[in-house]
Amino acid sequence: MSDLLAARAQMAMSLAFHIIFAVVGIAMPLLMVIAEGLWLKTREEVYLTLAKQWAKGTAIMFAVGAVSGTVLSFELGLLWPNFMAYAGPIIGMPFSLEGFAFFLEAIFLGLYLYGWDRIPKYAHWFAGMMVLLGGTFSGIFVVTANAWMNTPTGFSIVNGEVTNVDPIAAMLNPSSFSQALHMTIAAFLSVGFAVAGIHAYFLRRDPNNVFHRRAFAIALSVGAVFALLQPISGDISAKRLAKHQPIKLAAMEAQWETERGAPLRIGGIPDEDAEVTRYAIEIPKALSFLAHSDFNAEIMGLKDVPRENRPPVAIVHYAFQIMVACGIVLITAGVLGGWLAWRHKRLPTERWYLRFITFCAPLGFIAIEAGWTVTEVGRQPWVIYNYMRTADAVTPMPNLVIPFVSFTILYIFLSIVVVVLLRRQIFQSPRLYDTN
Amino acid sequence: MLTLELCVAGVMLISLIIYMLTGGADFGGGIWDLFAIGRRAKAQRDLITQAIAPIWEANHVWLIVIIVLLFVAFPVGFAAISTALHIPLTLMLIGIVLRGSAFVFRTYDVQSDTTHRRWSRVFAIGSVITPVMLGITLGAVASGTIHVDMESRQVTTDFISAWFAPFPFAIGFFTLTLCALLAAVYLTLETDDPELQEDFRRRALIAAVSVGAMAGLSFILSAEGAPTIRRGLASASWSIPFQLLTGAVALWAIWTLWNRQFRLARILVPIQVTLIVFGWGLAQYPYLVTPNLTFSNTAAPDAVLRPMLIVLGVGGVLLIPAFWYLYAVFKGASRKTRETVAQVDTYEDNSA
Repeated sequence: MSDLLAARAQMAMSLAFHIIFAVVGIAMPLLMVIAEGLWLKTREEVYLTLAKQWAKGTAIMFAVGAVSGTVLSFELGLLWPNFMAYAGPIIGMPFSLEGFAFFLEAIFLGLYLYGWDRIPKYAHWFAGMMVLLGGTFSGIFVVTANAWMNTPTGFSIVNGEVTNVDPIAAMLNPSSFSQALHMTIAAFLSVGFAVAGIHAYFLRRDPNNVFHRRAFAIALSVGAVFALLQPISGDISAKRLAKHQPIKLAAMEAQWETERGAPLRIGGIPDEDAEVTRYAIEIPKALSFLAHSDFNAEIMGLKDVPRENRPPVAIVHYAFQIMVACGIVLITAGVLGGWLAWRHKRLPTERWYLRFITFCAPLGFIAIEAGWTVTEVGRQPWVIYNYMRTADAVTPMPNLVIPFVSFTILYIFLSIVVVVLLRRQIFQSPRLYDTN
Repeated sequence: MLTLELCVAGVMLISLIIYMLTGGADFGGGIWDLFAIGRRAKAQRDLITQAIAPIWEANHVWLIVIIVLLFVAFPVGFAAISTALHIPLTLMLIGIVLRGSAFVFRTYDVQSDTTHRRWSRVFAIGSVITPVMLGITLGAVASGTIHVDMESRQVTTDFISAWFAPFPFAIGFFTLTLCALLAAVYLTLETDDPELQEDFRRRALIAAVSVGAMAGLSFILSAEGAPTIRRGLASASWSIPFQLLTGAVALWAIWTLWNRQFRLARILVPIQVTLIVFGWGLAQYPYLVTPNLTFSNTAAPDAVLRPMLIVLGVGGVLLIPAFWYLYAVFKGASRKTRETVAQVDTYEDNSA
């Protein structure tokens, strides 16, 4: 394994690990705040029990998220010192803001987790909302920094030196809005369905347990609402890509020829040597329409890009297909749940639907991992799109395979422990039944 | 002249001091978890857990703030440090991950003694590795062994010799003793149990003496190991009075611990640690990384620093009330009960 590959593998592994904990830290506070708010309104104990139960799982996930996030902020320098020496000042604004958002999140999480009996009820609820805000903005700022790597703005290069740095313009680069929107919705969507899936599993066995019924109702509502919003942000992202990163879009769609009226490909096997994509189902002109709102718009093909500037096409194409497939299933689940609830005027607890939602539990996380694969691998061979190659950013440190293997073992160990602990928490959930 | 980069450097130094006083004490808690012995071992561990549980994650964020300020304001310095000190920084990260995860796993895992002890061990080892590696990093930065070519801005390093030397290790263990001292002193005021208080008083005294020993050893080693710092500490006009002040506060702190004036010790020890870190910062000025990188020759342009300082100002205003509330809830209330207990104690003493 070359040092560059080891560095990329370590970064990818660290991000893939952290992102799961990060989205849980962003979205669980919303579920907790809703449950606690319903408790404050209705004074039904089950909602308080629910908020407290959810808080336990969140505490575990948040702690692992915080430490794995720290690892990432150091890894930027440990693995990519040349990138940071170049980009650090330009993308400093979102990172500084992220620091404060994370501060607020951590402070109020301490108050939330340990303050149940120590602070007034509404102050506690407010603390929950601050955790939600801190977490959400923390995520938005980090994604903004990543967006800059895709569409770098806010500086100019004079004689090879970075000058005229405008940190605000860099933060508000063309990708910031669409990426932050897509990711924030994804966080609430995937956590909503993951939690709904867990409670659906228990509802199938214990259909009258009010604890699981209320939990399922809240989580499914959150998941469904954000599932319906996600196609809108997906559309914004597609149009932004077509304009600013046509090569990435071409890789996602495995589009080799530059053509008007380009088709949308479902499935298919891209052959990077022969420069063709075989066995795909093609929907005529759909790609042109989705990218430019015009069935005959021109789409750039990969053949127009020198080979050394192309990303690995197959990985990007497959990852994109996986993300979209998961997204479509989750949107279907949301629409179906809404329709069932509306038609029967009650919680959709049909056994087949509960089974379906249980199946949906991991799909949001899979979509997030696949989506980040599209973003990151699709930007290659660049670390800063069109400015710095990933190969030029890596540290001169030798034997990088050692830290890669060490962190991999460490994270596998942590993953196992977290799964065991969460499983135990979940299986200890209370049994509450309506007395009437 | 007070330039923008010096303002940022000042904020970094203040953040580092706060991190030592808060996060450092959390690591110190882990150190005393490792040395929890005798029949009150479990009581000691429980006290430590209860003291740091609500606050350690917030305290930890200071480290993130420092690293962000470093890479935004002094990007070449960040690149040089994280290249030459890749190994101690990676070990520090592993310590951070183990400490944080084991702490939360211990709280939520089954409450059997074996499981509890196993996570305690991991938590404690993480808490020892992290401050030692942080200290080694700071020591290496001060030692003048990280050479950066100012033309190419690339660091020349063999990745080992800059930190694998007596002086950085002395600073590593110096940092460890400071964390242990802070934690022990704070813990004397976290409990109403006089026996536990006495346990941590003894530990605080041991730590205070170790701090003195490590300070002396570091100073001796700095002659060879960190000539720039040594020059600052030994010859600058501010230095001798400053060191005398630090030493006086340290001795006074030991005196108060000896006489069980814990509230006074609780004020003096943080002042002592603040003076030590601040003095080190002054001695190293104007260098960010000795011997080539100064604050001014690595600074990002003013167009970057100015908005960042504004963000720091506004963010600080938001942060202070939030932190105040966190500490008031978890550290203020219990102190009040302790006062009541203290009064009862005095009453009983008088009646006896």
